[in-house]
Amino acid sequence: MAQTKTITPATKIDADLARRLLSQMLLSRRFEEKAAEMYALGKIGGFLHLYIGQEAVGVGATSVLRADDYAISAYREHGHCLAKGSDPRRVMAELFGRRDGLSKGKGGSMHLFDKSKNFLGGHAIVGAHLPIAAGAAFAIKYQGGDQVVLCYFGDGAVPQGEFHESLNLAALWKLPVIYICENNRYAMGTAIHRALAQTEIWRYAETYGIAGEAVDGMDVLAVREVVARAVERARREQAPSLLEARTYRFRGHSMRDPSAAVYRTKEEVGREKERDPIKLFRERCLKGGVLTEAEIRTLEKEVNDLVDEAVAFADASPEPPLEWLTAEVYKE
Amino acid sequence: MAKLNMVKALNLALHQEMERDPDVLVIGEDVGVDGGVFRVTEDLHRKFGGRRVIDSPLAEAAIIGTSVGMALYGLKPVCEIQFSGFAFQCFHQIENHAARYRTRSQGRFHCQMVIRMPYGGGVRALEHHTESEEQFYAHIPGLKMVIPSGPRTARGLLVGAIRDPDPVIFFEAKGLYHAAREEVPDEIETLPLGRAQVVQEGKDLTLIAYGAMLRVAREAAQVLQDEDGVEIEVIDLLTISPLDRETVVTSVQKTGRAVIVHEAPKSFGPGAEIAATIMEAAFLSLEAPIRRVAAYDVSFAGFAREKANVPDVARVVAACRETLAF
Repeated sequence: MAQTKTITPATKIDADLARRLLSQMLLSRRFEEKAAEMYALGKIGGFLHLYIGQEAVGVGATSVLRADDYAISAYREHGHCLAKGSDPRRVMAELFGRRDGLSKGKGGSMHLFDKSKNFLGGHAIVGAHLPIAAGAAFAIKYQGGDQVVLCYFGDGAVPQGEFHESLNLAALWKLPVIYICENNRYAMGTAIHRALAQTEIWRYAETYGIAGEAVDGMDVLAVREVVARAVERARREQAPSLLEARTYRFRGHSMRDPSAAVYRTKEEVGREKERDPIKLFRERCLKGGVLTEAEIRTLEKEVNDLVDEAVAFADASPEPPLEWLTAEVYKE
Repeated sequence: MAKLNMVKALNLALHQEMERDPDVLVIGEDVGVDGGVFRVTEDLHRKFGGRRVIDSPLAEAAIIGTSVGMALYGLKPVCEIQFSGFAFQCFHQIENHAARYRTRSQGRFHCQMVIRMPYGGGVRALEHHTESEEQFYAHIPGLKMVIPSGPRTARGLLVGAIRDPDPVIFFEAKGLYHAAREEVPDEIETLPLGRAQVVQEGKDLTLIAYGAMLRVAREAAQVLQDEDGVEIEVIDLLTISPLDRETVVTSVQKTGRAVIVHEAPKSFGPGAEIAATIMEAAFLSLEAPIRRVAAYDVSFAGFAREKANVPDVARVVAACRETLAF
């Protein structure tokens, strides 16, 4: 159960599925490359945390969920929200702080919420949404539903008390929740071995007597397989899981440290980029004859168009009206 | 004497205090190797090493909890919470422990520690990265709540806070980090806690501000002088709690009018306490109701409307004019 899983290229991939996975990873990547440009132009304020490099986790995991399953995330959540099916135009508008954004421009990059997609939000406080995921799973079970909650978080959340409190409760109350840690090895600038006594994060599952698995987070099919098993456990047995997807963020923690050069070497980043999840999957699809170059180029073109539309939509959306400043504090 | 911005001035204070006192240490997320999210702790790790400049795991309650333990033993930790909005994770350790040990043990134990946090707007950020929560800490007996208004006061107050025998919450306005440079003396300079400064004398109205709002207040005072010919007395509080009541009251007894400016939401904010203090001690000197210019009673504005929420020069000028015209 502890092994890091990698699917061999021999695995037969369905062409429709391949198209869907590749397209979603490309959308997340292209959307964020564009968001970075928009940040540089000052259209997005404050901080912006890019998911680039980690796309296989969000896309692979979401691909085994039902539409009525829930997802909840931390602040590096653009990719999770898009994978769950949110309209890229409204996500971009939210990043721009405009009135047509998912939260009418008031949530911003770190607080994307989409009720229509059962996306329970991005959360800026590290570790703080883990008990919220348990609460949502409790509510599902309480009402006799068979949905599951997928909760993304980073390795930085593991030393927080709420990580441990949540795993304990999820195990104790047998909740249909899948905790998936995207271990990108750095909590902002602090390397995992400088922050955790136990760096094999999946092993914390043993303490709480729940299933724990590690997976190669750069391999979208491997992620899919491991999350699918966890979803089955949650749906059929209402048993929680702790998964660890080993991944890497190619950019800095936020746009404030774009090169992340203080705490990572150029060599390390270069080596990890060789394992770009999009590149790996693209090559596998070509090699296996699942998709052709022309088909992939069409996908890329479609995604580029979607992202351009998203930017145009966000640009055209007005700023929230001034009177909204004091609205929605209490029920009016 | 060198011209420093607030980041460099704070950094200088930390370097000098760590050199002076081996019991002073720095702990927080990314304060060491990385040099801090806003670079306030830059080079400390290189100079003093990992024993005294501690990169903690991402665990705010653990940062403050262990610092309380260190302080009980006699060390003097300077903790960094990356943004004030993250401090609710450790609020319990601050409120239940750091603030209470002196009273709880009737002076047998105390916590000499500083908790630094960037706060406030000005960087177009979201919620936890932009809010102003000094009122929570100012309300807690046993804590001191300090907010400098620029590089020189930041340096002097941080030294004062590190040497203060009680726990100090030290807020640093993000909008001021790189806003301006000031002459900061090379030799260690200490500013006493609990002491406000009259930064500009005037006879017509007392304008009370702190942190990033001091610049707004001073600019408003200038506008009122240029356009209305009135003389505004501007007070930089520097310490929110314990409040320097004497400086505030003495000024209002002279001017008869007071306007208070803060970035925290208006209701139950520091302005209410300051206004009550004036009412208690200078009621018969008042020529007009005291006014408060503050953020609206919303938890956050979204970056697109941040400017409309945080007091600006126009709002302060308008409030002063109403007070003067009363």
